Amino acid sequence: MLSRVAEAIYWMGRYAERAENVARFVDVSFQVMLDLPEPLGDPWAGVVGATGDEALYAARHGTATRDGVVRFLTFDAGSPNSILSCLRKARENARSVREVISSEMWEQINKWYLLVRDASTDQAVLDDPHDFLTEVKQASHLFVGIAALTMSHGEGWHFGRIGRLLERADQTSRIVDAKQALLLARPSELGASLDEINLSALLRSVSALEMYRKRHGRIAFQTVIGFLLLEKMFPRSVRYCLNEARRSLHAITGQPPEAGDTIVPERLLGRLGAEYEYASVDEVLAEGLHEHLDRLQSKLNEVGLAISQTFFAVRPHVQEPPAARTAAPAPETAAAVAAQTTAAGPVAAASPPAPAPQPTGAAQ
Amino acid sequence: MRFEHYEAGPFYDEMFDPRGQPRPGCALLARTLATIPDDEVLRRQRAAERALLHMGSTFNVYGHEEGVEKIFPFDMIPRIVPAAEWRLLERGLVQRARALNLFIDDVYHAQRVLADGVVPRELVESATSYLPACRGLDPPRGVWCHVSGTDLVRDRDGRYYVLEDNMRCPSGVSYVLQNRRVMKRTFPRVFEASRVRPVDAYPSQLLLTLQNVGPRDVAEPTVVLLTPGTYNSAYFEHSFLAQQMGIELVEGRDLAVRDGFVWMQTTRGLSRVDVIYRRIDDTFLDPTVFRRDSMLGVPGLMDVVRAGRVALANAPGTGVADDKVIYAYVPAIIRYYLGEDPILPNVPTFVCFDDKQREHVLSNLDKLVVKAANESGGYGMLMGPQATAAERAAFADRIREKPRNYIAQPLLGLSRAPTLVEGAVEGRHVDLRPYILHGDSIFVLPGGLTRVALRKGSYVVNSSQGGGSKDTWVLAAGGPNGGD
Repeated sequence: MLSRVAEAIYWMGRYAERAENVARFVDVSFQVMLDLPEPLGDPWAGVVGATGDEALYAARHGTATRDGVVRFLTFDAGSPNSILSCLRKARENARSVREVISSEMWEQINKWYLLVRDASTDQAVLDDPHDFLTEVKQASHLFVGIAALTMSHGEGWHFGRIGRLLERADQTSRIVDAKQALLLARPSELGASLDEINLSALLRSVSALEMYRKRHGRIAFQTVIGFLLLEKMFPRSVRYCLNEARRSLHAITGQPPEAGDTIVPERLLGRLGAEYEYASVDEVLAEGLHEHLDRLQSKLNEVGLAISQTFFAVRPHVQEPPAARTAAPAPETAAAVAAQTTAAGPVAAASPPAPAPQPTGAAQ
Repeated sequence: MRFEHYEAGPFYDEMFDPRGQPRPGCALLARTLATIPDDEVLRRQRAAERALLHMGSTFNVYGHEEGVEKIFPFDMIPRIVPAAEWRLLERGLVQRARALNLFIDDVYHAQRVLADGVVPRELVESATSYLPACRGLDPPRGVWCHVSGTDLVRDRDGRYYVLEDNMRCPSGVSYVLQNRRVMKRTFPRVFEASRVRPVDAYPSQLLLTLQNVGPRDVAEPTVVLLTPGTYNSAYFEHSFLAQQMGIELVEGRDLAVRDGFVWMQTTRGLSRVDVIYRRIDDTFLDPTVFRRDSMLGVPGLMDVVRAGRVALANAPGTGVADDKVIYAYVPAIIRYYLGEDPILPNVPTFVCFDDKQREHVLSNLDKLVVKAANESGGYGMLMGPQATAAERAAFADRIREKPRNYIAQPLLGLSRAPTLVEGAVEGRHVDLRPYILHGDSIFVLPGGLTRVALRKGSYVVNSSQGGGSKDTWVLAAGGPNGGD
């Protein structure tokens, strides 16, 4: 598969997943505000803070207001991580690989984008975004389902899946980080029942409330954090995402996981996955939840970077062209070529970390 | 759909004769269309448009919001070409493609045609599409123009003329295939009864044509389609054809030259490329040989092409046969190489390069259409009969200044075909672009793109200027529909 094509599918997966998670994030923030008995400080500023885009927000909208923040995160074309911007990039990537993905996938991502674009001029949506955000989430699920059912589960599909899973792990960690600040900072002010409201909201924001209840019943800070980070079976937990991303990576390289992790992204992802396989929530909290999530996010960036260098980077200085007509049909050679080229190219700077420009260059 | 008020008018009508009777092959279609109630006609038209939008049969509109695609307007009344008529066109197109291929090969080798004075040497050497870098190039199997699309028009007497030869990267074939899919859904019964020759084989024929020029020692040559990228107005077609042929769609940045071969960058390293169906212009192919500022091409590509280690389709340099002045010499070129009379005539053409002809053009500007040698898409033209005196005077100055750049032709009264206009049926002017594939033999796709000028009275069929398209039904010989 062409490197450019693999890269476009990977980013298509990432941006589509990001759009869904921003919708989740806005929705749950909105609901929490409704549940709060009286405004505590400046809650919408906290929401912007969680995105890491405070400066951009201030430049574009000034002080944090409900309308401003919701607009910023949903329809603001000038904000790179708004739902509209994410979908535009997901769609542009899809458009550049239309001959590779199924036409059903293209149709769905097109409809999804048009849904958001058409809603962006509707004031009623901003006044009460819940139904709209639900539609966005459903459109995302439909897209994932269509992809799973209409595209061969070959290399391209796995690249899209890795993009989606790495993005989801990252987004789950950001949502937890955003809420934990509120939970840890003012326990006395909030009181037990408000704690529970916030924790439920946190679980709901990743569709985890019901599954959590089945597993643990009572809602408590420690078990909620444990569930979202370390639960083996829940599809939005960080551990689950890492395991599944690793499976897709091995499907791409053609090596079974038990053969060992030989190339750089396999090694990085394998190590990070192993940490989550065996970590306990006590250790996570002892490290400091925020510090831990920060470290997780930078590890995820490293994995993304390694994938990019190994599979996508244009390598202007490959020393020897392969002797065979096809460079490396056999898996072991593929790994060797990949490892060799990762070491070879001065390309590290070419591949930016997480909120990266998408490769079609369309957003620039 | 009602035809009782339809007027064939003073032009040749594709469906009705001057007495209002359906022409040979059109009776069944006319009869069936007449039985469909008006609201049903509109419903089917909308369904057809929706289907095209969902299939993504679109073109990009430059200068609009990014990612905006429009469908090429589609008229659901097909244009019918009876079998006998098609046989003539097919023979004429094959003859023309063969002669032009020989001409291009000669121009870049011995130049006999110039030495013998059939085409003035000065004319060829001053053509902007003539590429000296291609002298001595030997494309595999001697084929230069693997894919061409010749524009045909009919005058008032119904005779077909060649309007221009597109020997570079003719586009539009994807609309032929998509229009057909939609028509089968829109009028399944009349379609079935009409015995229309299929067009679906085009992608596999194209793939065979491309594989045919791959290296002889490679059993299954790797063929790729090279596109300028998603912002090109024909990107949909590139993507569609690559998908239909099952080949990689690549951009220049996916390719690299190493050790005398062309490679594409894959997730598993470099993989060799044998044949490139390129949909970018000659001068963008290789910045080390042609335009230095080209970001779309592959540095070093032309060396590999010259060494015969990769084949380009079409070969570079074929545009010399598209020059509108050289067009005037095509009948002579056919006689010179094939010793045959041209089966399809040219539109009578005055070459301003020639002193006597130029004087004739200048004193008859109000009756002629003047065209620039290297423009396409309906640009750089003077429509003499419709122009103001000032416009004609300004054009006359341009002709005197650069006579080599201009030709003039009489204004043809292009044929018309019944077309749906706001629910009613009216005549609109049409042309026809059949597609020709040159492998070891020459294949003409039985069909083609019928472009229709949707604006009343307009002769301009280009999609950028208010044109639409129709499905073209070439009837099988001996069909029940009076195809012959």
